[in-house]
This record gives sequence, structure tokens and C-alpha cells, in this order.
Amino acid sequence: MEKQYAGKTIQVNEEGYLKNFSEWTPEVGEEIAKENNITLGARHWDVLKYLQGEFKAELPISIRKIGKSNVVDIKEFYALFPQGPLKTASKIAGIPKPASCL
Amino acid sequence: MKRLVILGAGTAGTMMANHLHNELKRPDWEITIIDEKEEHHYQPGYLFLPFDIYSPEDIIKTIDEFVPKDVHLIRSAIQKIVPEENKVLLANDDVLHYDVLIIATGAKIAPEEVEGMLSNAWHHSVFDFYTFEGALALRNKLRSWEGGKLLVHITEMPIKCPVAPLEFAFLADSFFKNKGMRDKVEITFVTPLSGAFTKPKATEALDHLLAEKGIKIESDFAIESVDSINRKIIDYGGREIEFDLLVTVPTNKGDAVIERSGMGDDLNFIPTNKGSLQSLKHENVFVIGDASNIPASKAGSVAHFEAEILTENILRFVKGLPLKEEFDGHANCFIETGGGKALLIDFNYSHEPVEGSFPFPGVGPLRLLKESRMNHMGKLAFRWIYWNMLLKGTHIPFVSATMSEAGKDYEH
Repeated sequence: MEKQYAGKTIQVNEEGYLKNFSEWTPEVGEEIAKENNITLGARHWDVLKYLQGEFKAELPISIRKIGKSNVVDIKEFYALFPQGPLKTASKIAGIPKPASCL
Repeated sequence: MKRLVILGAGTAGTMMANHLHNELKRPDWEITIIDEKEEHHYQPGYLFLPFDIYSPEDIIKTIDEFVPKDVHLIRSAIQKIVPEENKVLLANDDVLHYDVLIIATGAKIAPEEVEGMLSNAWHHSVFDFYTFEGALALRNKLRSWEGGKLLVHITEMPIKCPVAPLEFAFLADSFFKNKGMRDKVEITFVTPLSGAFTKPKATEALDHLLAEKGIKIESDFAIESVDSINRKIIDYGGREIEFDLLVTVPTNKGDAVIERSGMGDDLNFIPTNKGSLQSLKHENVFVIGDASNIPASKAGSVAHFEAEILTENILRFVKGLPLKEEFDGHANCFIETGGGKALLIDFNYSHEPVEGSFPFPGVGPLRLLKESRMNHMGKLAFRWIYWNMLLKGTHIPFVSATMSEAGKDYEH
């Protein structure tokens, strides 16, 4: 699937997650956030940068780890990205849907 | 004489003792296995205990009877592992040096991780069924419970046997139907996941089954606390769900000894090579079963498949040969769906569960991802297989350690 974000054509999967992180830009992030009724502020960006860092380091991402990250506590994470914060934040950050361990 | 030490005489540790005692023999090798418990529990049986399908005798035997006589069994708690010095400290300060260490200390529930989960209501209106005590207390509760709102709840992933909570919900539906009181019970399945399971095809099938049985699902629920006085669970987003009876699967963590030894991640699971099962930090340390952090199911079938591959790797390691990275995350699980039926799923790291036939391609007799009575018979037969074949390290005929793609309906 393709979508238009910030004047660019971006490859996304059926659920709207970017297929290639390399296509992500801060402007793309802003527009995906808008689709999810979120206006990005400084605290959002702290979380998004943290998530992207973990993704680049190939580390698993979970709500528990975010809570212990010293970047944000879980309560604030929910306030920043209401309703399924891990998924919404990952989508905005341009990284794949977090895989839950079996 | 060299020494191989196995920590934990549960499913995985016992299987390794049985595999290795024929290979690493005296006088060159001594194998020691350490566990503080007297009893070996058939943990899949905890699912059936609350519904009076199994009794305690069905699921408890002694550890001794499954440990080979030429393996030295030490009954003791473990204080600490010191991998830099190749030694294990026992509870009484005895020191055990090893040449090769296998860690099979498993995973345990940690209800203290969620605020309010451990309260006066624990094992009165809030239950786990991942311990013998929890499952038994729940059986006693269900025998006289008059109905109301039943929540079947998963705290966070990963958990042992990720299908068990679903099976619990299905069996509860059957149980209350049989007691003629299904109309008095509202069953809701509450999960931190977006659907019934972690893999798309199986989730589709299982979501459908939940709907068919009138079981509601509340997904994406990340629990923050249990309010046992007002009987509700609350998530970080402020969502509240009321209950009369809460059956929860608390956070699962690796054993506390892993934390004391500084060898685990934030949940005390040990970083492990997912193909070779060697510890990422210490080359003479291997990890099997629920104790590792590999992205495979925490299930007995996984430990069984791992054991075949780990045995080969340990023999290669002691001969100085390179290890094989062969483990593919193979899991094979029966899912009880109630009413004397079950589903079967077979999958690995890269292939999600799909429909098909098992173990003989195109023939069966078991059907993948479809409810059948034959699958249920398979599940019940599994207890016999567990005690008589699995623990003893006997190869299960026709089922290979790595997953077969034959007979499965993958979309290409």
C-alpha cells in the first residue's frame, strides 16, 4: 500500500505502519500523528526518539521497558499517546508494529 | 573428571539429564542436577485442575523417579551462580565447580508486579492458575461459585503457555454450561494484545471461537492496578473493568537466582542465542526452556525440541567443535476449546500457525487450527506422553525438532 505524507509517497502495510524506516522524516511523523488526533510536542518527540533508538539498536520494545527507560513513565506515555500507546507511537515513529513475544 | 551441572529439575532440566547421561559418562564426566523441590508437577495439568477434570494425583510425581540413577541429584536451593568463576553456590554455602552449566530454572508468576494484585482477596476473589496452590484454590472456589462477572486476564507478555488463558476461558464456558448456569456467568477475556493471540491467522480463528461461545474480549488492556475492594481492574489509560471473579495470569519472570547472579534482563530471563541456546555472555553456559529470553513460546513442547538440539550442541562444545544454530523456535500446542474438542497449532520463529494436517502431510490424523475431537484426544494423551516419553528424552515419532512446512496451507 502507498500513502501520501508530507508530499512524499510512502510504503505502508495494511495497518498503516511504514514498511521502510528510511522513508520516515519528522514531517511524515507529524502527519501520521495528526491522523491519530495527536499534535506532537517536545515530550512526544522524546519518546519517539527513544523508540527509534531502540529499533535501530535492534532491541525489543515493550511497555514495561518504556516505563523503566527514564524517558517517560507509563502513565505519561498513555497521556501522550492515548489508546494503545505502543502501537500509535511506533506508527508515528515509522518503526514496525512491536512484536509481542510468544 | 569433568563436571556438567544442570540447574533445575523441571521439564527442561530433567530432559537434559536423560539425554546427556548416556553420552557424557563416568569416569570422564559427572552430571549433577540441582533442585530444591521434591515434586515434579505436570504443569499443563494446572489448566484442568480448577474444573475438576484432573485431580492433584494426576499431575504430581516425584523428581527422583525421572532423574537417571547415574546422575547426581542435589536437593538444595541455589544461592548464586558465579559464571566468571565457573561455580554455583548452594544454600548452605557449598560450592560446586562446573565445566559446562545448563540453566533450566524456568519462569514463575510475579503477582507483586501489579499494584493491588496481592491483597486479602488473593485466592479468594483474585486467582492465578499457574501455580498448584492457585489452581487448587480456584477449583474449590468454582465448586460453589454462584456466578457473576468472570474475567480471564493476561497481565503482560511473555507468559508461559500463551494459549492457556484462552483455554481457561473456553473450558470455563463448557464448565458452566455443564452445570446449567452459563446464563449466570459473564465471561470476558482481557488481554494486553490486540486480539486473542500473538499471531494473525490463529488470532482470527480464536477470535471467532470466542464470539461463538459468547465470550467477550477486551483487548489492548495494559493493567496498572487491581482494586480488590471495589472489584475492578484499571489500566494505564484509566479504563476500568469490573469483576466478581478475577482469574489472572500475573507477570512471568525468570527465577530470582538469575537476578541475584546478575545474569538476566529486566524480567530475569537470560540473554541466549536463539539458534544454539548458548548464553550470549558465557560460552560454557547454556539455557533451555522458560529461563531464556529467546522469542519462542515458553512451553514444554519448545523445551522438548530445544533439548534435542541442545544435546547435540553440548556434545559438540565439549569436543571443541563449532555449535549449530539450528533451533527454529518450533512449538506445537494443543488448545482446549471446551466441549471435548481442541485445536492444534504448529509454528516457529518465521512461520505462524496455519491450517493443515499433522503430523502426516495431507493425512493427519490431527487437523491444524480446526476444532476436532481427535485433537482433544491428543491433548489428553499428551499427559501420558509427558510422563513416559518426553521427560525421559525419548524422541516423539514423526515429529521433528525443527518444524516441517509440509501439509500446511501457507499463502505464498
